[in-house]
Amino acid sequence: MIPMEYYLTVSTLMFFIGVFGFISRKNLLAVLISIELILNSVEINFSIFNRYLYPDHMEGMFFSLFGIAISAAESAVAIAVIINIYRTTQNIDVRQINKMKN
Amino acid sequence: MAFTLFILLIPLCVFLLLALSGKRLSAGVTGVIGTLGMAVVAGLSCFSAYRYFFVIGQSGGNFPALVPFSFEWLRFTDTLSIDLGILLDPISVMMLTVISTVSLTVHLYSVGYMRGEQGFQRYCAFLSLFTFSMLGLVMATNIFQMYVFWELVGLSSYLLIGFYYTKPAAVAASKKAFIVTRFADLGFLIGILLLSYCTGTFDFGELTANNGLLVIGSTTGMAFLGLSAASWALALIFIGGAGKSAMFPLHVWLPDAMEGPTPVSALIHAATMVVAGVFLVARMFPVYYFAAHDVLMLIGYVGAFTALFAAVVAVTQTDIKRVLAYSTISQIAYMMTALGVSGFSGPDGLGYTSSMFHLFTHAFFKALLFLGAGAVIRAVHSNEMSRMGGLRKHLPVTHVAFLVACLAIAGIPPLSGFFSKDQILDAAFHHDKVLFVALWLVAGLTAFYMFRLYYNIFWGKERTYEHKPREASWTMLVPLGILVVLTAVTGFFPFSKFISSDDMGYAAGINRGVAASGVAVALIGILAARMLYRKENDRPAQLAARMGGFYRAAVEKFYIDEVWMFVTKKVIINCVARPLAWFDRHVIDGVLVDGTGRLTEKIAGSIKGMQSGQVQYYALVFIAGALAVAVWAIYI
Repeated sequence: MIPMEYYLTVSTLMFFIGVFGFISRKNLLAVLISIELILNSVEINFSIFNRYLYPDHMEGMFFSLFGIAISAAESAVAIAVIINIYRTTQNIDVRQINKMKN
Repeated sequence: MAFTLFILLIPLCVFLLLALSGKRLSAGVTGVIGTLGMAVVAGLSCFSAYRYFFVIGQSGGNFPALVPFSFEWLRFTDTLSIDLGILLDPISVMMLTVISTVSLTVHLYSVGYMRGEQGFQRYCAFLSLFTFSMLGLVMATNIFQMYVFWELVGLSSYLLIGFYYTKPAAVAASKKAFIVTRFADLGFLIGILLLSYCTGTFDFGELTANNGLLVIGSTTGMAFLGLSAASWALALIFIGGAGKSAMFPLHVWLPDAMEGPTPVSALIHAATMVVAGVFLVARMFPVYYFAAHDVLMLIGYVGAFTALFAAVVAVTQTDIKRVLAYSTISQIAYMMTALGVSGFSGPDGLGYTSSMFHLFTHAFFKALLFLGAGAVIRAVHSNEMSRMGGLRKHLPVTHVAFLVACLAIAGIPPLSGFFSKDQILDAAFHHDKVLFVALWLVAGLTAFYMFRLYYNIFWGKERTYEHKPREASWTMLVPLGILVVLTAVTGFFPFSKFISSDDMGYAAGINRGVAASGVAVALIGILAARMLYRKENDRPAQLAARMGGFYRAAVEKFYIDEVWMFVTKKVIINCVARPLAWFDRHVIDGVLVDGTGRLTEKIAGSIKGMQSGQVQYYALVFIAGALAVAVWAIYI
């Protein structure tokens, strides 16, 4: 069996890659993808902890499923927002989007 | 006697009603409400005096001090609290009748005198406020309640002096009155605090009980600069009284206060408020007599000096209201002197009785003089004596009323002034010959300047007036009539039976020798005035020229105003106010207020860059913070 630390290393790497992307990317879509990476790393953690520490329970797995559903909904909303921003400003650079009203 | 509460509540309600409704009520309705309210109060006051003196009467030899109503208002410590209540004893009941009667006549008179004035509603409201405060002052059960109402009468006096607020002189006079009396009240307040600190009570009953035993007992061993704590406290309280009662050198506000409407001068600045200081000393009399006899002597000398000083100034003034103002100062000083020379208990307390008696009679004849002067001013549209003359044909009723009042203040029997003045002279004669001579001289001067006024107004040169002077309306003449009757008859009132220093009552007679000398000097004064002023001639001018510098000094009121101006403008402003203003501007404002602002601005300027609106930057800071917390949690 693959040790738990391997999985955790992967999820930690994914998490910080996501964080780095969230902070450093200027394109809104890239920021959104970074957020998805963060969420996925968290879901991996849920599943792994569930599988290794409490094999008799299923809460972690279900929580991951909820997380996937919510991140799907979140991406849908975020992409809708991004499209609307693009329509009004012709731009999806986060540094340029600093006005409440255009 | 709980109905006496209404004596206070009715003027208060009238004030609130008139002040809140303002110009929505017509002037006529306002006058009716004010006068009717005051009539009810006067009726209640006379009824309570009747009940107090004749139905309840003496029990165990003296008139009891009743407290029909009292409640605790503010509690400081377990033993010290400020109460509000109603105290009925001989002098407060006597003051009730005086205040409410004079106030009633003045209200009625004002309806005629103030006809067509702008702001009559405001005037009536303030008059009711004043009456309420003055009644509260005399019925106060404790010295702190008295202080509260004391400030209220000061306020209403200020408001009424400044009634013609478009006139700069009236505004200046009202400010002067307020500031001078307020300055004196500072002494009063410190005195109250000192006294209550020693005795642990504000209550008049406890302070004066057992001949001021509490005050003497609690202040033994405490002394400062050679005077006992009791003397200091009572002298400071007297300063408050001296400010209100216009004793030298705090008298400067009263002549200027004549800028107010004439009925106001009659009510506040002649009959009631200015005697508050006398009333205060009378209220605390046992304490003054037993615990601080040195202060009582000081009161006597201050009073005698003020009486003489004001009488001399009154002789030279030409504005008729100013003559009356200085006459008021002189007469109040008479009352103060009488208190100063008084002994205690029985006939020895003649000074106390005569002081209250003179307060009582003076209120009526001085109000009559002012209201008569008001009728004259209304008729000729001027305050200046030089613009009057020969008015006896034009104003016959006012002439008679004024003559009666002049005779009364000069002390001619059988008018009321004779009886009270004779008693004061008698008391002074038995106590201190120097004070007696001073008061005796003042009696002559009083007769002289009053008849100088009288002859100049009603006799003297016949003048042609732009408008023919007309007699006033009935609303002004009826109050004159009431006051003439009161001036004529109150002297026969057996005053000493009811009001005496120990509340026991005794029978005071007339000392024939003193009375004869008093009347003689008054007659000399009247005859001198008659010779000089009955027909216009150049004798007064010659006499004035012969007096030279002294006369000029008296015309300029002995430069007391200038001295005060020097003290305030040069000394106080330069030595105290300017450094304080500098401190305020540069330290309080500059360092503390502006400094705080500038510091905040600087810090804000240096950290405002952090709030860039960039979410990614926020996230970076957030994550850095979270990592720092994590590191801290793991390794430390």
